[in-house]
Amino acid sequence: MNKEYRFQHKHILEMGQFSTEDIFYVLSIARSFKEISSRPIKKVPTLRGKTIINFFFEPSTRTRLSFEIAAKRMSADTFNISASTSSAQKGETLIDTARNLESMNPDIIILRHPSSGSSLLLTQHVNAAIINAGDGTHEHPSQGLLDLMTVIEHKGRVEGLTVAIIGDIAHSRVAHSDIIGFTRMGAQVRVAGPATFMPPYIESLGAQVCATAAEAVEGADVVMALRIQQERQHDPLIPSLREYARFYGVSRKLLKLANRDVLVMHPGPINRGVEMNPDVADGTGSVILDQVANGVAIRMALLYLVMGGEKGGDTQ
Amino acid sequence: MNEITILQNGRIIDPGNKVDGQGDLWLRDGRIVPPESSVPERARCFNLQGKWVVPGLIDMHVHLREPGEEYKETIASGTLAAATGGFTAVACMPNTRPVNDTAAVTRFILEQAAHASARVYPVGAISKGSDGTGLAEYGELKAAGVVALSDDGQPVVDSQLMRRAMEYAASHGLLVISHSEEISLSRNGVMNEGLVSTRLGLRGVPIAAESIMVYRELALAELTGHHVHIAHVSTAAATDLIRQAKKRGVRVTAETTPHYFTLTEEAVEGYNTNAKMNPPLRTEEDRQAIRIGLQDGTFDAIATDHAPHSVLQKKVEFDRAANGIIGLETSLPLSLALVRDGVITEARLVELMSSAPAHILGVAGGSLAIGDVADITVIDPDRKFNFTEDLIASLSKNSPFLGWQLQGKAVLTLLGGRITYNDLQD
Repeated sequence: MNKEYRFQHKHILEMGQFSTEDIFYVLSIARSFKEISSRPIKKVPTLRGKTIINFFFEPSTRTRLSFEIAAKRMSADTFNISASTSSAQKGETLIDTARNLESMNPDIIILRHPSSGSSLLLTQHVNAAIINAGDGTHEHPSQGLLDLMTVIEHKGRVEGLTVAIIGDIAHSRVAHSDIIGFTRMGAQVRVAGPATFMPPYIESLGAQVCATAAEAVEGADVVMALRIQQERQHDPLIPSLREYARFYGVSRKLLKLANRDVLVMHPGPINRGVEMNPDVADGTGSVILDQVANGVAIRMALLYLVMGGEKGGDTQ
Repeated sequence: MNEITILQNGRIIDPGNKVDGQGDLWLRDGRIVPPESSVPERARCFNLQGKWVVPGLIDMHVHLREPGEEYKETIASGTLAAATGGFTAVACMPNTRPVNDTAAVTRFILEQAAHASARVYPVGAISKGSDGTGLAEYGELKAAGVVALSDDGQPVVDSQLMRRAMEYAASHGLLVISHSEEISLSRNGVMNEGLVSTRLGLRGVPIAAESIMVYRELALAELTGHHVHIAHVSTAAATDLIRQAKKRGVRVTAETTPHYFTLTEEAVEGYNTNAKMNPPLRTEEDRQAIRIGLQDGTFDAIATDHAPHSVLQKKVEFDRAANGIIGLETSLPLSLALVRDGVITEARLVELMSSAPAHILGVAGGSLAIGDVADITVIDPDRKFNFTEDLIASLSKNSPFLGWQLQGKAVLTLLGGRITYNDLQD
């Protein structure tokens, strides 16, 4: 890595903001932090005295907990606000709520919100560092980074790999972040799913659209299934979960088309038997739980870096 | 009073009367009068060397928000914005609160407009409450002063209702204006469906949402033999449908807006809520097609769809922001760019922005003949200015053109001979 390199990002909004150098750097920091989570005393003083607000407008178990654990392992003080307990219920706008939080001087606000672009909007109105923990159907950059970390951990590289992403690409912020991240790092990304799940011009993000799941998985090094969001019932995207499972569910049989040591990934939560068969989720090659473990390390790295990296304190 | 005003040495562009040349225009008692042999001592004279003198501009599609949303715009502020932009008349859409679906609302609007800075022509609702179910009382509305009918802001979903509206409106001599949107395709969409919507993760409105409904309106106009006017056309596809329909003699007129011939979906980048409107900004291909449509006569009028919204509706998450932008004060400069780009002539500009809308709505104006009411706009085609918030006369500031360097503007607006705007600098 270039000696003069410095991580310059105050906010973490989208994968598109990162150069390959940025991504390598975040991953290297995350790797150095990962070990902390396996210590008997899982705490370092790096972010002692920092105030971090988890501002979640959508239900989330994994991501919110992951950020909270990451913050606590760095000794930051964390506070959780969810839509059901916030003043949003009383009609307060996102900007007003954020400005009120700002008056209490948080250092970082981690935002999960149903509107695409909401994290960017917050940066225009508050001084705290903003980390996008998922904005609408736009991006989920920390997920993209933890997926890259997981693949590198197992494959030693991303460049030259073939990554197949199967599912509802149009409504998946994870897919957007992964397509951009993996493509930037030199992988070939294929996407597959019924046409109702394909956004227009998805090729422009760097993905190759495949007609069938088999075509996408053929010779792939990584196969990722996306959660079918059963809550999208207003729009007739698929006739039934049963038919979806038959044509796009990731099964042992489908994986036979992939490279022998294929990695199986899923951003969770899994609908077992729909987008992924249980024997695949729990079988050899599944790195789904590694993704979760790496999520904590990536988020520790991001919190550390937006607080100024080495200037902020010691990593040990 | 007998007060005489003389507009001297301007280039008079009045295509309706086949006039384009240097000359003087004499006004007395609010009307255009024949010049006299000598200039009376008390005459008020304006030297308009280098300026254009044209019939007062008419915007056939604006939202004045009164009654009901006076914090966004009032009839007074909206017509002041009109005068500032060089307009002497506007047609205001009925989606106020309450909706202009009864004579009482129409009369209220006209009362408020009596001393306004521009003529106000109310458009009544097609359906009661604009809810798409039953016909509003067109006879009553017409008697109260309505000049056309529209449920603008939302489409008339029921095709039978639209057919009956066209037929019944014709019986009362009223024009039907269609907001053409197939709502089952556009519902939940917040910008054009395409490259940028995918990149930004925003739900898209496909081009087919416009073309399907434009086609229905053309088919209904063909079926009934009545005139339909298509509002705010945004796509190449709809432009072509209208062009073909005109060729086979369907009674259709159409308008587009400066934002569709100036901007594309790229303006939404950064989740800019001032680039959010319905129909949405489209692609470069659409923008070019609309410019050609203005050139070849597919479009009859340039309107603004002036839609004031306060920061309450705009300084929010993109998908929660209201649709619409203000346009009265940027329409002329943006349209003058078409002339500079060689897309249209000066005379065609005057048709699109004055005589054609007057003709479509069946109202006075669009002409500088002797005896006409002196609704006149004086344009400086060279004046450059930076469009900033403090210049805006509208109560709302939701414009994607803020910060733009614009060229050409109205420098004098006369309403029945009365000055409603004066920015002459010499």
